[in-house]
Amino acid sequence: MSTVRIPPVLRTSTGGQKLVEVDGGTVGAVLTTLVASHPGLEAQIFAEDGALNRFMNVFVNDTDIRHLGTLDTPVGDRDSIVLLPAMAGGCAIDAGPWQPRQ
Amino acid sequence: MTTELLGERLAPSGDLPAGHAPERILGLRCRACGRAEPLGPSYVCASCFGPLEVAYDLEVVGAILSRSVIGARPAGIWRYLELLPVDAQPARGLPVGSSPLVPAARLGAAIGIDHLLIKDDSRNPTLSFKDRAVAIAVAKALDFGMEALACASTGNLAGATAAAAAVAGLPAYVFVPADLEPAKIDHALAYGATVVPIQGTYDDVNRLCLEIADERGWGFVNINLRPFYAEGSKTLAFEIAEALGWRLPDVIVAPIASGAMFTRIARGFEELVTVGLVERTPVRFVGAQAAGCGPVATAFVNGSDDIEPVRRPDTIVRSLAIGNPADGRQAVELARASGGSVEAIADEATAEAIRRAARLEGIYPETAGGVTIAAAEAARRSGVIRPGDEVVALVTGNGLKTPDAFRHGLEQRAAEPGVPGLAPAIPASYRAFEAWLDR
Repeated sequence: MSTVRIPPVLRTSTGGQKLVEVDGGTVGAVLTTLVASHPGLEAQIFAEDGALNRFMNVFVNDTDIRHLGTLDTPVGDRDSIVLLPAMAGGCAIDAGPWQPRQ
Repeated sequence: MTTELLGERLAPSGDLPAGHAPERILGLRCRACGRAEPLGPSYVCASCFGPLEVAYDLEVVGAILSRSVIGARPAGIWRYLELLPVDAQPARGLPVGSSPLVPAARLGAAIGIDHLLIKDDSRNPTLSFKDRAVAIAVAKALDFGMEALACASTGNLAGATAAAAAVAGLPAYVFVPADLEPAKIDHALAYGATVVPIQGTYDDVNRLCLEIADERGWGFVNINLRPFYAEGSKTLAFEIAEALGWRLPDVIVAPIASGAMFTRIARGFEELVTVGLVERTPVRFVGAQAAGCGPVATAFVNGSDDIEPVRRPDTIVRSLAIGNPADGRQAVELARASGGSVEAIADEATAEAIRRAARLEGIYPETAGGVTIAAAEAARRSGVIRPGDEVVALVTGNGLKTPDAFRHGLEQRAAEPGVPGLAPAIPASYRAFEAWLDR
């Protein structure tokens, strides 16, 4: 089983648990199982199309999964998965004075 | 005048939570889903995990602020108080802001730009623009009763956080990549900070600090205080517009590390337009990154909004060596939507630009400033900057922080009469000097 560290802002969905042990052979499988047991996490972890939420960064043993195999990254016993916010980015800027004149 | 106005605590409007904020500061709001949150040391939306930012009632601000109100106030960032997420200027703090906007005709001629102005923000208390962001973050940390300040830094933020903590009387914990320039580490140590070098890249430092911020509750200026920290960079926009006689330039050229400053300059201009202080005119935004760590420049060239993180930055421009920039997506969208660009600059061109700025204008930029000037030149070559444009380039840090950078790519050569450089040591006699001069 892998251990998933839940950030404080999401711990209300895990009954206050900081570390959750979850079965699964890949990061994607672990997160799917996590969401199945804690449905309150679904909107924060996954986008509507099933991809990872663009604001969610996932690390396996301190390495960003985008440098590994993204959701297909294999994990096993004693692997540590950490969920952290991407903090910013991801949506269109407001129209502003920088818009070129049409 | 300001204090009296701000002392009036009016009932908050709209669907945002009341909290204790005066009316002009509505609270925090998720940039992605729009969910409102009360003002506090939060940075992530509990609903969608998106980033939180400060929401203002700009109608209220517009009714208070005018050019003459601002013009009557002392120099510094607090002259724009109503557009910042702070109730009143803190009782103690460093004199931040009101850096000069310098006409740079000789440098402009050298890089083909007709009207080049340099916003010399190396003229802040700790010699970089980070003092602006930290001033706001620390004001809020004090409001929230936080017991320690901290940051994840590529260098400039380390000194800024350490100095602000010293003035506020709080301990500072500064986390930096272990291979950072020694001058920047010493700078933070001098102010009494605890500096923790981390074996890894800035992105490794940032990841670790996210976990520490979660668990320890310290005021990490660029993590759990980030919604407030980011607001500080807007003051660059306010000052540029005011210095131009309350109008906007044709082009802004600015470095991109996380992208927060680049995008908040645009936000600052937008707020000035909304509150009626400047007329809406188009501004192109040109971003500057190092070729050895240019995730935003790569996305721009590829026509993508998605930022592919750079795992191992390889550049002398340490202050921009963020492989996974927090505001990267917004930055590339801004450059594209505005008709600007994001330029990737080789280290040799950065060093050459540092030398040019120093030798033609008497302004000695750190590496990020060199990247910016080289990016202005590249954007002029590509036609993004056009003949006749009024261009403001931001020099965001002082060259003394990156003391070896200007030599990069130069052949070591001793000075000779008529050839600048470092002369060999000579005896302290006029005869010896004359012998050197006449050889």
